Amino acid sequence: MALPDIKFVKLVVFMNASVPIALLARDAYFHELGANPLEFVTHTTGTLALIFLMLALAVTPMRKATGQPWLIKLRRMLGLFAFFYGSLHLFAFVWFDKSFSIRAIIDDTLKRPFILLGMLGFVLMVPLAITSTNKMVKRLGGERWNRLHRAVYFAAAAGVLHYYLLVKADTRIPIAFGVVLAVLLGYRALNKYFPSITERTPARRPVVRSQPN
Amino acid sequence: MIIKKPDDVKSSEITDEKLYLNRRNFIRGAVLAGTTAATTLLYRTLNASGKKTAETAAVRKPVTGYHTPEGEPANDLEDIANYNNFYEFSTSKQAVAVRATGFVTRPWSVEIAGLVHKPKVFDLDDLVKLAPVEDRIYRLRCVEGWSMVIPWLGFPLRRLLREVEPTGEARYVHFVTLLDPKRMPNQKTGVLPWPYVEGLRLDEAMHPLTILATGLYGKMLPPQNGAPLRLVVPWKYGFKSIKSIVRIALTADEPKTTWSDYAPDEYGFYSNVNPEVDHPRWSQARERRIGEFGMRATLMFNGYGDQVAQLYSGMDLKKYF
Repeated sequence: MALPDIKFVKLVVFMNASVPIALLARDAYFHELGANPLEFVTHTTGTLALIFLMLALAVTPMRKATGQPWLIKLRRMLGLFAFFYGSLHLFAFVWFDKSFSIRAIIDDTLKRPFILLGMLGFVLMVPLAITSTNKMVKRLGGERWNRLHRAVYFAAAAGVLHYYLLVKADTRIPIAFGVVLAVLLGYRALNKYFPSITERTPARRPVVRSQPN
Repeated sequence: MIIKKPDDVKSSEITDEKLYLNRRNFIRGAVLAGTTAATTLLYRTLNASGKKTAETAAVRKPVTGYHTPEGEPANDLEDIANYNNFYEFSTSKQAVAVRATGFVTRPWSVEIAGLVHKPKVFDLDDLVKLAPVEDRIYRLRCVEGWSMVIPWLGFPLRRLLREVEPTGEARYVHFVTLLDPKRMPNQKTGVLPWPYVEGLRLDEAMHPLTILATGLYGKMLPPQNGAPLRLVVPWKYGFKSIKSIVRIALTADEPKTTWSDYAPDEYGFYSNVNPEVDHPRWSQARERRIGEFGMRATLMFNGYGDQVAQLYSGMDLKKYF
């Protein structure tokens, strides 16, 4: 299969990943965010952060399972969208729920495990976003960069648990996120010991084993 | 396979470069438009913000003039009718109105049973004739931390209870919601044990603020708000005000209630609005009034303390939350 034009694929991903924020902005402008728009924005951005974390974590398994190495080029953008929606989610909480009161935010974070977990997930994403540039990869060196970016596993786990702890009774969606995360992380564990099962060699191209994971 | 040498290819057979690029741009444009349209559709399907349903859109925005005695204006009907916790239809507050559209509430009977001298199965149309309905403009505080002002139409529960004459042993009132997974589709899930049940102490049930509501904004109750008959206990968290009631039974012992049975450490039998007793996972000190941007302080007994605090005199409300 011919390599797709990566620039164009990136454009498609970028446009699609921007659809939710565009619709949120549009609906906010037309007052169509429902009866509780602040809660709606908070929940939507939080869910989006988790979705993009899952998508970013799905890149490596997809790439290996399908033998399409170019997929790796989409991972940074997906991760940055996760960080973007996560930042909006935190900003919504800090503004709508806490009115920028540092004291109230700290109190709540220490008192409520689900908020602590959400904060933890976000804090873990910050260094990953900062070191996402090519320059930073070079400066850190591939091995160190890889080790640092394994923090995303913990950020995703914290995010899923954060969601699970806040729902009242209908835990189906947070559990679904948990299952997806378990599959994505399970694949990595399996891949480490049995790459022959989990990987497909790209047709007529040598496997590059040292690709960042 | 014949590989033509460049000289063999007639110039007329070569796709013009401009045309080739045009075609590529067209395909790319289509891919971009197609995928973003699909993503838009996906977002709209999975994340509906609560559109106006045909039923509520048909009702004109009511004339103003509905205020609590404290002067707080009632919320818009559109908000009241499109933001509902009614797990029998959906656990998404925005989705209940749509899923409940067409919920049939006639014929409807309500059984009054248990420790009463005159047990009876009422047809709803007879039950609502027991007492004249009146506007009751109450605050509703949800355990989730939001609140509304709702102009109910209803009559005091005690009018019904007096009709059936509770016996001397009766100390509690037990309420049951309709169980019919065909009409209440989310009852097919195990999100909560069905049917939904609630309970009050008899003196709470007899309190003049406790009403059975049949309408809001002067009209019949929309399905998503608990049609055709629901309880409203304004000083308790919203989930105590059970919807679509089919059975009311007087009992000697404290009855089982859905949420306190589901998570006893989070929801008590009393569930009085109390800013000093936090939900184990979130604070109850403040609330967001729907339609307002900031948060306001939550009032003890949802602001009805003058009228109901004496029901609980001598009780440790941190223990009996």
